[in-house]
Amino acid sequence: MSDLYCKDLCMTFADPMSGSKVEALKDIQFNLKEGEILTVLGPSGCGKTTLLNMIAGFITPTSGTLSLGGVDIQAPGAERGMVFQQGALFEWLTVARNVDFGLRMKGMSEEESKELVNFWLDTVGLQGFGETPTYQLSGGMQQRVALARCLVNDPDLILMDEPLGALDALTREKMQSLILELWKKTGKTIIVITHSVEEALLLGERLFVMAPRPGRIHREYNLPFAEMGLKRSLREIKQEKEFSTIREEILTMIWDMEEEIMGGV
Amino acid sequence: MFDWISDNRALIALIVIIALAVSFVFSIFVGVKQTRLRAKDEVFGDPERTKGGWYWALCGVSALLLIWFYYSWGTARAVFPTAANELCQVAKVKEAMSPITAALPVESRYLKSTTLVVRNAAQVDKLAVSMPTQVFSAREQAKITLAVAQIKDLLAMLSNPQLSDPGAASALLAVEMDLQNIAARLKSDYAELQPQEEALEQPKWGTSEVEIPILPITSRGVLIDSVTPDMQEIAKAFLKVRNISPQAKELIAETKAILADLKTPDPLMQLNEAGEGARNAYVKAVDRIFKRLDDGTIFPATSMDGVQKAVDEVFVSLTDAKGSLGIVESLFFPGDGVVKSRTQCTEQGSGRWLPKPTDVIATFSTLANPDLESGGGYKGTTLLWWKWLPIADVIAFLIPDGLVDMLPGSYGTHGDSGEFKPNYKDRLLAVAQGDVNLGSVPMLDGHIWDSLFRVLVAMGFGILVGVPLGIYMGVSRFFKSFFDPMIELYRPVPPLAWAPLILTIFGIQDDGKIFLLFMVAFAIMVISARTGASGTQLSKIRASHSLGATNGQILRHVILPNAMPEILTGVRIAIGVCWGTLVAAEMLAGTTGIGFIENVARTVSDYELIWVTILIMGLLGLFFDLVMRWAIAKIIPWRGKG
Repeated sequence: MSDLYCKDLCMTFADPMSGSKVEALKDIQFNLKEGEILTVLGPSGCGKTTLLNMIAGFITPTSGTLSLGGVDIQAPGAERGMVFQQGALFEWLTVARNVDFGLRMKGMSEEESKELVNFWLDTVGLQGFGETPTYQLSGGMQQRVALARCLVNDPDLILMDEPLGALDALTREKMQSLILELWKKTGKTIIVITHSVEEALLLGERLFVMAPRPGRIHREYNLPFAEMGLKRSLREIKQEKEFSTIREEILTMIWDMEEEIMGGV
Repeated sequence: MFDWISDNRALIALIVIIALAVSFVFSIFVGVKQTRLRAKDEVFGDPERTKGGWYWALCGVSALLLIWFYYSWGTARAVFPTAANELCQVAKVKEAMSPITAALPVESRYLKSTTLVVRNAAQVDKLAVSMPTQVFSAREQAKITLAVAQIKDLLAMLSNPQLSDPGAASALLAVEMDLQNIAARLKSDYAELQPQEEALEQPKWGTSEVEIPILPITSRGVLIDSVTPDMQEIAKAFLKVRNISPQAKELIAETKAILADLKTPDPLMQLNEAGEGARNAYVKAVDRIFKRLDDGTIFPATSMDGVQKAVDEVFVSLTDAKGSLGIVESLFFPGDGVVKSRTQCTEQGSGRWLPKPTDVIATFSTLANPDLESGGGYKGTTLLWWKWLPIADVIAFLIPDGLVDMLPGSYGTHGDSGEFKPNYKDRLLAVAQGDVNLGSVPMLDGHIWDSLFRVLVAMGFGILVGVPLGIYMGVSRFFKSFFDPMIELYRPVPPLAWAPLILTIFGIQDDGKIFLLFMVAFAIMVISARTGASGTQLSKIRASHSLGATNGQILRHVILPNAMPEILTGVRIAIGVCWGTLVAAEMLAGTTGIGFIENVARTVSDYELIWVTILIMGLLGLFFDLVMRWAIAKIIPWRGKG
């Protein structure tokens, strides 16, 4: 079982010039079972991205344990796929070469990976775009390439850092459905960081609302909407009484946090 | 065919000029129409307004070429092919008359006599007050004072019409009459006059080494030319006129005697070496002024009036004889006109230093002719051609002799009977020195190739060394900090400032120049590769880490392609800078290359060749840039789209 264990995680950034320290994260503790989808919400500066970067292995925590499937996380690795806000595609490669990048780095030839690539391009709805240069794609399509590029590597855990932040509302809704679909189809463990409360509610089986100074998990929710979203349209779910109640509750919570930050300044 | 084109370049130029004028007018017409059409679609400042516009490009190129034709006298030669020959006849008359006009305020502000009187009087006065009294005895001092006073008297005597030589006055009158005669002859009708056979057989204007045919080829020219020999005689007679009256002769003899007397120092003075030197120098200075005056070339101001009037008449007659030619000269011969000097008539002003477009093409085709025997190429090297290159030479270039020295064993020695049997080391040395026959390969050759070769080899090394280093500097704190000071210290020095040093160390042949250019290319490539590498988006790096790429793979597959636009821009800049540096380096030293040609052309004032080399350099620079632009579009179509 490749569950994610996170125990007493602390991250302190020290300013190398002044020596002053900032506690970005303090005593973060949670477990994520294989196949769960978690969304993380919070005002800016609450350490969401820091948490994600630590799980990805880009930065090492100051203290605490972090392991995936019983293996300590020391460095970035292919078992933890990452999707960025702007896609971070390689614009000098075609869609297909972007998607099979990870496989090629492992030594697989283009021929060998061809079938896999086509399968995942079909899955994210990009059939026939294999030879298109990525810079000719729209923002939504670029994000689909990023998803396929991540999935083709068959990671145990997928980390998404505001993956839909740069998209327009309509595309965003389509992409949310796609993410849920992929989650269902692949059974991957997924962590999504987002700024949008609605998105966090729609995508998250579990939801963390984080608070700043120091960064910590303020409140945790277990939500039914992701499960619902697999069968019903997302717009319908948004009409649900329960949905709007929780949405208002979280919005108020974050609003208060922001107020506190502003007041503190 | 080539000769026909060469002989009829004036006619060809005329056709080209007409075509240019038509395209100039046409392009303005189209341009104005287009501007009116588009004025409403685009507001001022809209970048769309700079797109397209081939008609203005056509207009600009036509205007430039027309200006070139005009100022190089190309238009004059095309439209009035005989004008220069006629102007040459006028120039010949003027040259023949120049001894007379030089004495008059024609091309200068003052009479020659006035200048002489004023200048010598001032110098005598200056000498009089600066006499070194300690080296002259009292008697000598009195003599000098007398001599100075007599020189001043002589100046006054020569300037006085009453005291001047009556013989001189009558001689000047004769010159005046002769000049009036010539003025009258220039007014006669020339329609019946025929040029000589010999004159008509001369090469046309600008088709041979002799720029302008010197013998008259038109009836007007024949008339003007006919007075030249007589004018030469008049000038000779004028130069012989001397203004020495009997009184002046007497005074000159007296002064001469005093100065001769002063040559030997007074024995009572007992001068040392320095004193004697000062004394002799002073006496010599006085003597020099006196000698300028004793030949009687100073005349009273009024005595020249008659000659002046006659010269004016000749000028008026010349202008009349020129007639419409005068208008042509002022309109189509910008600059200093045609001037006769010694044996030939030459173009002066822009006609001289700006060669005609057709002549530039003719010079270029001679230069581009690969057949060295028939006068092609330059200084024994073609412009751009090919030759057989021995493979052994290439290998010798690549393997340094020192490498063979480092091998174990020693070179062979001569045997007891005096014979030499080469061992394996000797044979390898022969290979390293190119002393073997391995056949030949065809290779480009010529001045242009030599220049290109230097740039390309230097660029190759610059890219091979500079790009990897630059990329490492873009990703590593050690590489950046370790190499940055060295590169930043040598890079700002202008490459040409390095040239004397580098050329001394590496020699004036290819090695030195290639190393100099390598230094230029290397710095630019390092900086551009570094900028490109350090500009990689962090998210791309992180994404590739998460996709399981190793550090090496990230360098090769992410950072290098990401730096590619910067690297290619660097190559484009480096080629341009290398090209500029190379040409200057070739001018400093060397025996081949485009810069070498220009340098030689400069020393012999071959303006056509200078312009040809300038054009070749410009075209090659443009060619490099076009190739690079094409390469950039081909290699990195994603540029600026990430």
